[in-house]
Amino acid sequence: MHPVTPVRTYVLIWLTLTILTFVTFYVSTINLGALNIVVALGIAFTKMMLVIWFFMHVRTDNPLTKLFVFAGFFWMAILLTMTLGDYFSRTWMPLGKFW
Amino acid sequence: MADTHVVDAEHAHSPHLRHHFDDMHQQFDSDTFGMWVFLLTEIMFFGGMFGAYTVYRSMYPEAFAATSNFMNPAFGAANTAVLIVSSLTMALAVRASHLGQQKLLQWMLVFTMIFGLAFLVIKGFEYHEHWVDMKVPLFPGHWSWTGPEAPPQFAHEAQILFCFYFFMTGFHALHMLVGLGIMTTLLVMARKGTFTPAYYAPVEVSGLYWHFVDIVWIFLFPLLYLIGHTKKLI
Repeated sequence: MHPVTPVRTYVLIWLTLTILTFVTFYVSTINLGALNIVVALGIAFTKMMLVIWFFMHVRTDNPLTKLFVFAGFFWMAILLTMTLGDYFSRTWMPLGKFW
Repeated sequence: MADTHVVDAEHAHSPHLRHHFDDMHQQFDSDTFGMWVFLLTEIMFFGGMFGAYTVYRSMYPEAFAATSNFMNPAFGAANTAVLIVSSLTMALAVRASHLGQQKLLQWMLVFTMIFGLAFLVIKGFEYHEHWVDMKVPLFPGHWSWTGPEAPPQFAHEAQILFCFYFFMTGFHALHMLVGLGIMTTLLVMARKGTFTPAYYAPVEVSGLYWHFVDIVWIFLFPLLYLIGHTKKLI
């Protein structure tokens, strides 16, 4: 079982998540060119890590569970790199300007 | 750690301890681990849709950006905020069950359900807006692509993005409905006093599910609503 996390920590994480939501909302009005997607996904990834690490208690989970959480990310990485690798390295479809 | 072991020893005979586990501690670890294995299959489920989205968006970046302008980021942002609050109340519900605070647990479950419902209501208004705007592809008579903000050369690709939009947010909303069912079950169990500091794994694993659904939305929000960059937000 997990140690009890203080309410303060949960509230701080919630506050950070809310602030990041506003940041991603307003940054989207600024055209950063190729960086648009990098910033948007970077903020989303940060929010996800905060939720996983604190709300989902992976911070205090045993190594086996941590390994499986990592496996989830790893599988997603395989899916995206191999799929995109296929689409970009063959002339299956006409590709637009990336992003 | 020493303290928790004392508690475990006291509850070694807990009626909730299944016979194939050594103690409540081991059972709890197995419960959360099993939930994570289920969540990995959920990552594969949503991952397929995110993967397909990535391929099509890289093929038609300008068309997707233009089409995204027909989605309302104010609704999307409000829903993100609502869902994050529900994640906070869910985390506090798990904490209350761990500490044996029965009343607080019930209230936090009720708040989580209220925010979950609020999310679905906002989503419903949004779907209604798309229905009225005739932005529902695959539905004869409910798709139109006209006006100054609808470049005619993107008529085909716009329908692809809206299909992604409805499938991804639709499956997400379905998961929210399932989550509300789980919350109802938890509330009934909590009112019977089922959960104790030694046995709160059902609340913990339901929390994992709820937070996972939150994470899916955290990615849907920027990928569907915020790729336009040209419009006013509110």
